[in-house]
Amino acid sequence: MSEMNGATSTNGNGLPDARIPDGPLSQKWRTWLDAHHLVGPRNRPGRSVIVVGTGLAGASAAATLAEQGYKVKSFCFQDSPRRAHSIAAQGGINAAKDYANEGDSIQRLFYDTIKGGDFRSREANVWRLAELSANIIDQAVAQGVPFNREYGGSLATRSFGGVLVQRTFYARGQTGQQLLLGAYSALEWQVKAGNVEVFSKHEMLDLVKVDGRARGIIVRDLETGEIERFAADAVILATGGYTNVYYLSTNAMGSNVTATWRAHRRGALFANPCFTQIHPTCIPQSGDYQSKLTLMSESLRNDGRIWVPRKPNEERPPAEIPDAERFYFLEERYPAFGNLAPRDIASRAAKHVCDDGLGVGGTGRGVYLDFREAIAEQGRDAIEGKYGNLFDMYAKITGDDPYETPMMIYPAPHYAMGGLWVDYELQTTIEGLFAIGEANFSDHGANRLGASALMQALADGYFIVPHTVTDYMTVDHGDVSTEDAEFGRVQDEVEERLQALVDVDGTIVPQEFHREMGMVMLDKCGMSRDAEGLKEAIAEIRRIKADFWENVRVDPGIEELNQSLEYANRVSDFLELGELMCFDALRREESCGGHFREEHQTEDGEALRDDEDFASVTAWGWGGEDGEPVPYDEHLEFENVELATRSYK
Amino acid sequence: MREFWDSTIGKKVFVAVGGTILVAYLILHMAGNLWSLAGPGTVEPHIDEYASWLRNFGEPLVPYEGTLWVVRAILLAALVVHLVGVIQLRARNRKARPPEYPARRIGRSWESRLMMVSGVVILVFLVVHILQFSTLTIDVTPLVEGAIYANLYWAFQEWYVVLFYLAAVFLVGTHLRHAIWSVFQTLGVDSPERNGQIKAGASLLTVVIVAGFAAVPILFFTGALGVPIDNEPTAAVLAGGGGR
Amino acid sequence: MRFNLEIWRQFDRESNGHFESFTVDGIDPESSFLEMLDQLNAQLGREKQRMVAFDSDCREGICGTCSLVIDGYPQGPRQVTACQIYMREFTDGATIKVEPYRNSAFPVMRDLITDRSALDRVIQAGGYISTKTGPQPDPNSMPVSPETQKEAFDAAICIGCGACVAACPNGSAMLFTGAKVKHLNLLPQGQPERTTRVIGMVEQMDAEGFGGCTNYGECSRVCPQEISLDVIGMLNREYRKARKDEQPAHRAKMTAQ
Repeated sequence: MSEMNGATSTNGNGLPDARIPDGPLSQKWRTWLDAHHLVGPRNRPGRSVIVVGTGLAGASAAATLAEQGYKVKSFCFQDSPRRAHSIAAQGGINAAKDYANEGDSIQRLFYDTIKGGDFRSREANVWRLAELSANIIDQAVAQGVPFNREYGGSLATRSFGGVLVQRTFYARGQTGQQLLLGAYSALEWQVKAGNVEVFSKHEMLDLVKVDGRARGIIVRDLETGEIERFAADAVILATGGYTNVYYLSTNAMGSNVTATWRAHRRGALFANPCFTQIHPTCIPQSGDYQSKLTLMSESLRNDGRIWVPRKPNEERPPAEIPDAERFYFLEERYPAFGNLAPRDIASRAAKHVCDDGLGVGGTGRGVYLDFREAIAEQGRDAIEGKYGNLFDMYAKITGDDPYETPMMIYPAPHYAMGGLWVDYELQTTIEGLFAIGEANFSDHGANRLGASALMQALADGYFIVPHTVTDYMTVDHGDVSTEDAEFGRVQDEVEERLQALVDVDGTIVPQEFHREMGMVMLDKCGMSRDAEGLKEAIAEIRRIKADFWENVRVDPGIEELNQSLEYANRVSDFLELGELMCFDALRREESCGGHFREEHQTEDGEALRDDEDFASVTAWGWGGEDGEPVPYDEHLEFENVELATRSYK
Repeated sequence: MREFWDSTIGKKVFVAVGGTILVAYLILHMAGNLWSLAGPGTVEPHIDEYASWLRNFGEPLVPYEGTLWVVRAILLAALVVHLVGVIQLRARNRKARPPEYPARRIGRSWESRLMMVSGVVILVFLVVHILQFSTLTIDVTPLVEGAIYANLYWAFQEWYVVLFYLAAVFLVGTHLRHAIWSVFQTLGVDSPERNGQIKAGASLLTVVIVAGFAAVPILFFTGALGVPIDNEPTAAVLAGGGGR
Repeated sequence: MRFNLEIWRQFDRESNGHFESFTVDGIDPESSFLEMLDQLNAQLGREKQRMVAFDSDCREGICGTCSLVIDGYPQGPRQVTACQIYMREFTDGATIKVEPYRNSAFPVMRDLITDRSALDRVIQAGGYISTKTGPQPDPNSMPVSPETQKEAFDAAICIGCGACVAACPNGSAMLFTGAKVKHLNLLPQGQPERTTRVIGMVEQMDAEGFGGCTNYGECSRVCPQEISLDVIGMLNREYRKARKDEQPAHRAKMTAQ
């Protein structure tokens, strides 16, 4: 609410209030919408918004704000907004439409998401997400997104991990691509209409605050190297997640934390950085040179059965291993959900069987995903219809034919539940700075369910942030010019940092430092963590960071296209983030969702939550170059769901 | 219409339509030529009769040779549209892809690659052909106005004339095989389901046209078609065997 | 494995480019083509030489950022994106030529990076359905048969990599444009703008300096998404019909004889 603009009310420990509207859960968003302030149509062209990032969240937000009549400037480091990494999402998008007539509802989607997130997300936010889910499907279809259809022409749905209903809408195995192209086309329509200006190949390098409010950004034109200033009334960060901190991940090569990290250094709190998702169904790593891991959609677990040989060091080919000697570890340990157990659980289970020496493939870090029975029961054509492009992709990468021999999969870093702390209005702790999509700490708690990322990014972009930004802009915060002294000061700092990178004049390319830190992170702050390892990791990262600043190789020449400079700059931020993740993981003395502390587990190896002390969000403040980060807690109130042990057995 | 012509797609449609008219004419021309296969005849060769029928067509409603000139005008217009369209498109294409870095061949058929070459050679051939058999300017063999059969006979006794015509007909074939299929694609009246039929149809039509045209010089040269009744070309005129 | 590389080097848009030779050694056959280039750059970095600029992002074949021409094949010889080419596919000791796209509508920014923003502008000219965010009809009120969905989808999967343009001897963007027109013009949602869409996109395509189609079919043969040539047939048809059906801005009032 705008009366709260500029308010410094906190929840008692220095963290701003989350500003959750009063009233019953199901009425909160409606209540907020009905009461929020509006900007008149004639005043809107006078208000400007910067949107950084053109993925599902950024493109949808930029397009919608532009449709409303604001002047929008949209930025992406890619050469076209259509290339943002949302494009790679495969499986689907959840919506509580109950087309499958299973008794699905907003309540059920809400509960599944809260439970899937291991009770570490805000009730009000998650309810709103579930409530808006159906609108997203309607919007996407209106834009021409070709979702799969049933024979009668109605939309098809399928099931996904952690859920007992079929509420996942999909466009073959390319749902993210189709949804992003929908949002991108809406964006391009608004470019044509003159309401949006897109700056591709422009990377945000810092945030500019004037009088405590976000008023602009400093960007680098990646072609000319020119450092440019942009001012606006509000700034929205839709810059995605930071899982590339692990080096090998399913993220794109360019996915980075720089925009949110620099905002963090300017005062935005960073929430739950240790909540990262390691996705169970990825193609295993094959060598040291490897630059990225490829995800295979979780939807494959609908029909594929996951197993390893019961005998360690099994040398027979999979087809020759009889059923009795196969260990269907998910089906055995989680009979109710079986192969559709949530991602964190499935990943950890795969890690455990490989730790026990049962893993398959060249590195011993792989498990089988077998379609033999599904093909026998449903026929090859049916399987091809559902997963054809995924099977082709697997064959292209590995050279194996998954119709003939089981796939091999292994978990890989995939998604960051953590991100910039935002209140109910998606505003960070810096006024006028909003964070949406994967960039905020989001609605997924400690573990995200499949097909929920697209839902959240689009709910934020299409249906939430356009209204909350409007509400923020009802107050005229005065004109700001890029000539303002603050812009100059921040630009100088950006230029100094770039110069410092070039001045190192070392001989080791940024990628090698990235790989080195990634291995530390995956090993010690990955699928399972312990205090000792995390402390070692902090020391290791500091050593790598020092080494980086002494030996990194960056091509000289800041004012030109310089990919090594872009990369080194991103790695320098990952090095700082990695440390924060370890601090967060260390402080959270419990196991929940993707955060599994070895010290906190049940007798049969399941995650052991501590709701007494940690039913909260940890939002970290920047502690300065040499200082330590400062934690703030937002206590999570659960009024509508009962905190239960999360069981999928 | 102007905008249509100015667009690459529209211009290509004009080229396709122009080409289609030319192909339609080729079919008629080829069928007409086949009259020569009826041989020298007893009074007058059938082909000569056919030729005078063409000239007299529509009389007295239209003047003598009137229909012929209308057809000629249509053909000329089609040819001009075809050529101008192609020249302009080619200029545009060369600008879009500078010739210093030619695109690697990744499977395009040799007929399609040869379109420009075959087109230019066919144009040259067309000029020679008209100068030889229509205006009778190139008289390396005896030529008499109206004595079609005799003119053909004497011309196709020379191996180099036969070879020249066969080569030209072959190039027409290569041009047509890509062109006929292309017309369907350019007009957008094809589909993946019908593509096989269209390709086969284009090839078949090409073979028919090429065979029809090639038959005439070959049969004359091999002696399968007899000497004109009045074996001296000049005698043919005196006997009133041609012309009017 | 060991490879000799002939790589196009060009400082910026205005400079002239040339081929430069490099040798890389100790390459794992399982590494991808781009990972091989990463290793080349690590080597150049150690020698403090300027690294080779090339674009890539998702490295799983869906973002369309890759834009290499490998031995004359845009995106490489196997009809996948360059990031999905593996060194096991080449013979040890081979010489491999790596170039940027070579058509005028995609100027070279540096080395192997080209500016493909022309494709974005083609989309701006009509590659969308003009519908604002807000309440929409329930999707099941507008049934689409699975066959139509499949056909639209097979065109909608275009990743906008521009390989079709790079493969075309005429530098034509008809496969790209045709794919978007087919996707939207087949669906019921796309009908109201059917005419203006295709006219706008074709005009923009021409204005960007793309060439015309001569039906070689090279575009479809390199397309990593295997988009069928019939999208061009459909584009031709849609454009022809659109010019015929175009409504004048002001239609005259009709009166009786």
